[in-house]
This record gives sequence, structure tokens and C-alpha cells, in this order.
Amino acid sequence: MFKEVLQSIEGIEFYTIVSMLILILFFIGMIIWILKVDKKYIKHMSELPLNENNNEVSNLSGGTNEV
Amino acid sequence: MEIEKFSYDNEIVRKFTITTVVWGLVGMLVGILIATQLFAPALSFNIPFLTFGRIRPLHTNAVIFAFVGNAIFMGVYYSLQRLCKARMFSDMLSNIHFWGWQLIIVAAAITLPLGITTSKEYAELEWPIDIAIALVWVAFGLNMFGTIIKRREKHMYVAIWFYIATWVTVTVLHVVNSIEVPVTFLKSYPIYAGVQDALVQWWYGHNAVAFFLTTPYLGLMYYYLPKAANRPVYSYKLSIVHFWTLVFLYIWAGPHHLLYSALPDWAQSLGTVFSIMLIAPSWGGMINGLLTLRGAWDRVRENPILKFMVVAVTAYGMATFEGPMLSLKNVNAIAHFTDWIIAHVHVGALGWNGFLTFGILYWLVPKLWKTNLYSKKLANFHFWIGFLGIVFYALSMWFAGITQSLMWKQFTPLGVLQYPNFLETVLQIVPMYIIRMIGGSLYFVGVIVMVYNLVKTAKQGSFAKEETAEAPALEKFKDPLKRGVIHRWLEGKPAIFLVLTLVVVLLASVFEFVPMFLIKSNIPTIASVKPYTPLELQGRDIYIREGCNNCHSQLVRPFRSETERYGEYSKAGEYVYDHPFLWGSKRTGPDLHRIGGKYPNLWHYLHMENPSSMSPGSVMPSYPWLLTNDLDISATESKINVMRSIGVPYSEGYEKMANDDLQIQAQQIAADLQNAGAPAEPSKEIIALIAYLQRLGTDIKTSGQAGK
Repeated sequence: MFKEVLQSIEGIEFYTIVSMLILILFFIGMIIWILKVDKKYIKHMSELPLNENNNEVSNLSGGTNEV
Repeated sequence: MEIEKFSYDNEIVRKFTITTVVWGLVGMLVGILIATQLFAPALSFNIPFLTFGRIRPLHTNAVIFAFVGNAIFMGVYYSLQRLCKARMFSDMLSNIHFWGWQLIIVAAAITLPLGITTSKEYAELEWPIDIAIALVWVAFGLNMFGTIIKRREKHMYVAIWFYIATWVTVTVLHVVNSIEVPVTFLKSYPIYAGVQDALVQWWYGHNAVAFFLTTPYLGLMYYYLPKAANRPVYSYKLSIVHFWTLVFLYIWAGPHHLLYSALPDWAQSLGTVFSIMLIAPSWGGMINGLLTLRGAWDRVRENPILKFMVVAVTAYGMATFEGPMLSLKNVNAIAHFTDWIIAHVHVGALGWNGFLTFGILYWLVPKLWKTNLYSKKLANFHFWIGFLGIVFYALSMWFAGITQSLMWKQFTPLGVLQYPNFLETVLQIVPMYIIRMIGGSLYFVGVIVMVYNLVKTAKQGSFAKEETAEAPALEKFKDPLKRGVIHRWLEGKPAIFLVLTLVVVLLASVFEFVPMFLIKSNIPTIASVKPYTPLELQGRDIYIREGCNNCHSQLVRPFRSETERYGEYSKAGEYVYDHPFLWGSKRTGPDLHRIGGKYPNLWHYLHMENPSSMSPGSVMPSYPWLLTNDLDISATESKINVMRSIGVPYSEGYEKMANDDLQIQAQQIAADLQNAGAPAEPSKEIIALIAYLQRLGTDIKTSGQAGK
């Protein structure tokens, strides 16, 4: 059954190592991003649930759409 | 900039709100019934549909998929529209989702008491319903992603990430764990067997807790807690880090449900390590929730909604600390199979899921009906009686679990078991079962008070199906901020976000499964282990139908206290023909893996008819219908065929002879019973069940060569 399918993939043992590397790189990337991210963006995001009155367009998205 | 006018669909939110409350009442009521049966077994009234083994899955499914499920959809349909500044993608999909989900729940409520079950915990529903679940889930997904794609807000708030992760992962879990081969319209066998089936099942079971009871609720927390407190979440950065960490780590921790089992040791250790690591992202969520209230704690004193939410988040923190502790092998050795686990899951279910749902309901219903809450006093009463209920529940079950476990393990100075009679350890904790039932009832009374309060609230307000709104259309976006472009690009593209979440989840699963399925040495074969005879196979299906695995394990752990009590510990190679595995997760009664040959056939016959005739004081329900029901042998042939197709080595053509063999074996058992004075007929169900029970765990005894 699927056991044979898995076995037939050549070099399947390297897949686990590659996937581990992908995951580590992903997390390193995330940490770097967190450290460098713009404060205005974070403020905008965290206030999203509170800014849902219809006409109220938050500063960031309102301003950026016209750029 | 053009302002667009549109409206939010409040009707679908209202529908899910009502079903949340209704199914919540049903699920909790069934919970109280089965809790009571544990000290008053007569309450099954000798009716098959009311026995613990059949309605315990009804309770768990009702609470998880009906109560919590509807609450998730209620919360998502309200918040997603507003966070996206867009109406739901399709009203038709909303309705298909709603009515489809309710039909599935009704189907579950009918089939489970009828004994139509796969026996896999939280995945008991049979294959036609599994397919229906997949279809309805896809409708939900299309609707959600459609809404996200046509949104008018550039950025996706973190709550939406949690919704997406929930959808993606539940899809994967449901499909992988439900791969089964149909035998008849309402019966199937899983393609996995024994240890591998156990690994897949608990990968599913654990992640059902993670991605049905946790991630969607964290999403709801990130929307409704800031709403109720009227202040932004404490740290948005923390929410990003804990999201990705949680999604990545959770997938690995499933094997902690199988510690000291026949699962290979490396897989068990993997489960433990990842469970400990899980404390970090779980507490990241709890801290983020609680600190959102920094500087506003005075409001918690007056606002029942915040009270519910604070206790919910605290219960989440407690349960996610207790979980990793229970994953340590030395703690697990005591806690596993006992009521400690029941306490653990109810801190999560009653505290985290229940209280967060109540908090949201108290916030949402006045919003939808444009009025104020009918009575703050009643809401406060609900809070306190519910809280008291949780305390009674958790304390009694912790106490019961530890007491019973220590009694199981107690030796006398002479080196024999101090409590060799399992029943003695059950009767010891019956007072705790009574207290637990009282705790659950208090909690239930609180919910009834809430229903009254919410109905009154709705009556004094006026509900509008449509809520008009307006927002600027989302135009082509050029980012004026130079940094952090990659991630914003990422969350600006929901499809890519979905794929990435899927990759994270799948990679982790591949890691866990590939070695398990590929490396032969993981499951040492035992030459003397043979497939079940047709009669035993039929008996096994009766065991599954009656839900015996809800109270009896089939897994003797390698402890002296267990080998003394039950016999030789269980080997992986003994389960290679077990489709599905039946290890169980709770010992309300003793383990049955070595029951074969322990008692004469007559003992089982009388015991099934009335357990207290053999074990005075037993809390097991009676199964008199097994003595009178005729065994249905019409499916024997297809059962053998299906088993062969998934790897059980029945010889070609055996399916034609199977029923002959079945009759011969049934005659032998019936003759033995008749000699002993029982009025047994070979055609009855009890004969098949006895054949199965007498076979259990005997394979390694016959040859004397146990696996290494």
C-alpha cells in the first residue's frame, strides 16, 4: 500500500532533513521580521478590531491608498 | 477614494448563536447523565441506546463539534465580516454550511446511540457522515476565503490567521484519520492497524484539541477580548510569534497520548519533548490575553463579560501547563487511564471553551439585538455558579484519579497487590463521582440561567438581519513603509498564507509518520499472532458497537503493578491485525488485553447478562440483549474481503467458507455453555463476543514465544 509508495521515493531520508532546514529558516526569518517591523504597522494591526465604525478609516490604510 | 456601501449578514450569526446554545444544553445534559451512570448504572435502564459506552461518544461529539463547533462559526461569521469590512462571500454557502452542519449533528445523535461507530475517539462517525463533514467543511472554507479575498481592509488581523490555520489543519486531520474501507453502508475498517492506527488516531485526537478547541478560540479571543475590554491586544508582535510556534509545535505532540504503550520509544519521547516546548506558545497566548486588561482590571470587577473571559484565559493557561506536565513519563505513569485526564480536559472544556463562549454570547446577543443585557445580576450569578461547578468538577476528578492510580500500584510488604480486585478501587472513588456530577449540574444550572437572560435580552431588543456599513474600496496598494515588506506581502495574500500553514503542518506530520511506517523494526512481528476467526471478528465488531473501549483499555503497560494484575505487558506485534486498534484511553473498568482464558465462558455469559452477579457492586451496565439478539452474519464475507484488502492475510476464497467456520466455532462455545447449565444458543451475539474476549491476548501464550 502507501508504505511501498513511500519506499519507492528515492532519497526519502533527506526529505526530513530538508524539511527541518526549511522550518528553522522560516522561524529565523520570522524573528528577524519581528525585530525590524514598523511600529506604525503594528499599531494599525492591533487596533483593527476596534476601528470598524463604517466611515472611520485608520490613518495607515487611509493614507496609503492614495500614494 | 470611493466609499462603498454594503451590509453585514447578521442572520447567519443569529442562527449559529441559537444552535450554539441549544446543542450546548444537549451536550451538557448527556454529560450529566453519563456522569450519574458511573455511580448509578441502573440509569441505563437496560436499554442499549442509553448505555455509557454508546452515549459517552455522544457527549464528547455534542460538546466538541455541536456546542464548540457552532460557537466557532458564530464567532467567525460575525468577526470575519467586520475584520474584512465585507459581507460573507456567499449567503448560499453560509446556509449550506449552517444546515449541513446541523444535519451532521443530528446524524451523529442518531447513529452513535445505535452503536454505529468507528470507535476512534472524537472521530466515531461512520464513513458516509465523514464524507458529509468534508463537504460542509469545504463550503465553510470557500465562504471564508471568498470573504477574505473580497475584503476592503488591506491587512489580515491575527484572528483571521487562526481561523485559516484551523480550517487547513482540520481538513488534513479529518481526511488522514478517516481513510477507511467501507464494509456496508454504515460500517468500515480503517486502513491502518494496531500501533500505526494508534499513532494516526492520537495525532488526530491531539490536534483536534489543538485546532478545533484551541486555535479557533484563540482567534475569537483576539477579536472579542479587545472588543469587550475596548482596548487593543497587549502585544501584536507576540501574537505573531506565538501563532507560528503554536501551529508548528502542536502537530508533533500527539504521541504523548501513548506513553508506555507499544509505540516505539523514540516516538513517545518526541511527543514528550514537543509537549514541553508547547508551554511557550500556549502561555504566549494566555499572557497576551491577560495583559490586554493591564490597567483595566477594575472593570473586570464590574463586567461579567470580562470575568468570563479572564477565567477562560486563565483556564487555558492552567490546562496548557497541566498538559505538558502530564506528558512527562513519570507523571503520565500515574495519570494515564485515570480520572485525572478527565479533570484536565474539563478545565479546558468548561473553563476555556465554555467560559469564553459565554463571554462572547453576553457580548454578542445585545449587539445583534441592539439593546442592553437584560440582567447583569443573572450574568454574575451564572459566572459564580459556573465557576463553582468547574472547581467541584476538577477537584473531585483530580482526587479520584490520583487515589485510584495509587491503589492500582499499591503492593503489600509481601509483594502482592494490595487491591487485587479492580472493583475495590472503583468503589473507593464513587463519592468523587457524585461530587463531579454535582459540579457538572451546577455548571448546567448556570447555562440555563444564561439562556433565560439571553432570551429576555433578545425579546426586549430588535434584531435586524442586515447591518449596513460602508468602507473605501481596496485599491492597488503601494507600501509607503519600506521595511517588513515580505511579511505584509504574505498576509496580504491569503492563498499563500494558507499554503504556508499547510506546509508547516504537513512537514511536521511527515516527520512523525514516515519513519513509523517505513522502519520495519518499529513493530517486531510475532510469528504466533494470527488473524481473528470470523466469529471473533464479529464479536470484535460487537465490542466496537457497544463502545466497550470507552471504559476498558487493551494495553498492559510494562509496570510490575500491571503485569501482576493483568499479565504479560502488550507488544506492538500483537496488534498487527487490529483494524481499528482498541487500546482505549480510560480505565473505568479493568484492562482486557489478557482477558482471554482468564474466566470460563459461563462467567462472561452471566457477567454480560448482569455484571453484579459476578462482581457485586459493579458499575458496569447490563447487556441482556446480547443474549437474545441474533448475530448478523450477512456481512461476514465482505468483512473478510475488506480485511484482506487492507493487509490481513486471509487466504483467497476464505470469505466463502468464513460463515461455515463461524458456525462451527459458535457451536463449540454454545455447547460448552450448555454443559455448564446456561440456556445458550449458538446463533446469539453473546457467543461471538465471548469468542472475541476469550481470544484476546492469547496469541503469545499459545506458542510461549513472546516478541522481543
